[in-house]
Amino acid sequence: MSDNKAVNTALFDYLLWLGDNSLVLGHRLSEWCGHGPVLEEDIALTNIALDLIGQSRLFLTYAGEVEGKGRSEDDLAYLRDVMAFKNTLLAEQLNGDFAVTMMRQFLFTVFNYHLQNALLTSTDERIRSIAEKAIKETTYHLRHCTDWVIRLGDGTEESHKRMLEAIDELWMFTDDLFDAVESDKLLIAAKIVPDMKGIQDKWNSTLKEVLGEATIKIPERSYMMKGGRKGIHTEHLGFLLAELQFMQRAYPGAKW
Amino acid sequence: METKEQILGYLEEVYDPEVPVLSVVDLGIVRNVEVDAEGTLITITPTYTGCPAMNVIEDDIRAKLKEKGISNFSIKTILSPAWTTDWISEAGKQKLKDYGIAPPEKSSPDISLLSNKSKVIKCPRCGSLNTEMKSFFGSTACKALYICNDCKEPFDYFKCI
Repeated sequence: MSDNKAVNTALFDYLLWLGDNSLVLGHRLSEWCGHGPVLEEDIALTNIALDLIGQSRLFLTYAGEVEGKGRSEDDLAYLRDVMAFKNTLLAEQLNGDFAVTMMRQFLFTVFNYHLQNALLTSTDERIRSIAEKAIKETTYHLRHCTDWVIRLGDGTEESHKRMLEAIDELWMFTDDLFDAVESDKLLIAAKIVPDMKGIQDKWNSTLKEVLGEATIKIPERSYMMKGGRKGIHTEHLGFLLAELQFMQRAYPGAKW
Repeated sequence: METKEQILGYLEEVYDPEVPVLSVVDLGIVRNVEVDAEGTLITITPTYTGCPAMNVIEDDIRAKLKEKGISNFSIKTILSPAWTTDWISEAGKQKLKDYGIAPPEKSSPDISLLSNKSKVIKCPRCGSLNTEMKSFFGSTACKALYICNDCKEPFDYFKCI
């Protein structure tokens, strides 16, 4: 494989990962539509879902162009099977109660914020322009979930207990956020994407700051589940896709 | 053949479907209009990545230009530089206020990242500064929800990005 072609293949994989992260988490948040604990949160979660799906569209459209086989954003979102999805395991976890949703949102958004910030200096112009657009939205997302994590963590006895249960439940999926694949090295060398180590350091330091204020103890390191990037998912993604992809699977090529 | 100014004049008649007092020119969505012998190229940019109004806006621009008898044109969407509320014209800000939506205040984001301070926003109805942010997310992606503690009315604020 020529160098150029290898970089292209690596870039396609990376763009799918970016697009799938936003698509899957956006879908999860959309499940709150009509079920939010208060009207403002119903609106906030669906607004954030909309931003994430918008960001996903930009990444998947670009992925399709990089691949060069004529696949559109819709083809990539609706017609790939579970194992072709690259999203991080955290994004596909169930909504649970509001504490689990907010903790998942926080753990992911801190990561997404630092990653998108790093992508602002990508040598790839298209990635840079998407990041430039997305970071403005992600900054609002971060502020929103940070508020909630502090308010619930340092809140009532009940809300504090639920936030602790939430972080315990989700912690095992957090290493997967930073799980790179071999071909990423080509992209890092070309300064198209950042090294994950730097992102993880920033993630750790933001977590320490916010969770400290929220009086939430960071769990001890224990078993960490990984594999999203390589298409090895938890049981939940298949069910999510069954709903997300239903229309195109039941009525192939349907349009409106 | 129409001039750039004429085309911009037509685009002044195309309104944002979600904030129907603002034209796409007021909003700063139209980034450029180029007219040459080959035709007209209109460059637009989205406000938010997931803004559902973008497709409608593009359709509305097409419909408006066709109505004006222009057929040789194309529309290009760009992402960079990213849209900012600073691009809303002064006339646009006044129209927002008259419509009951507090216009974006300054160019900086409304939030300091991890701290709890938000800007003081003036109530578009009674002018009071005694207002309170209820949610960063409002009826559309571009708005936040506030309440006025004096006139007791809730209102939308067009948040800075």
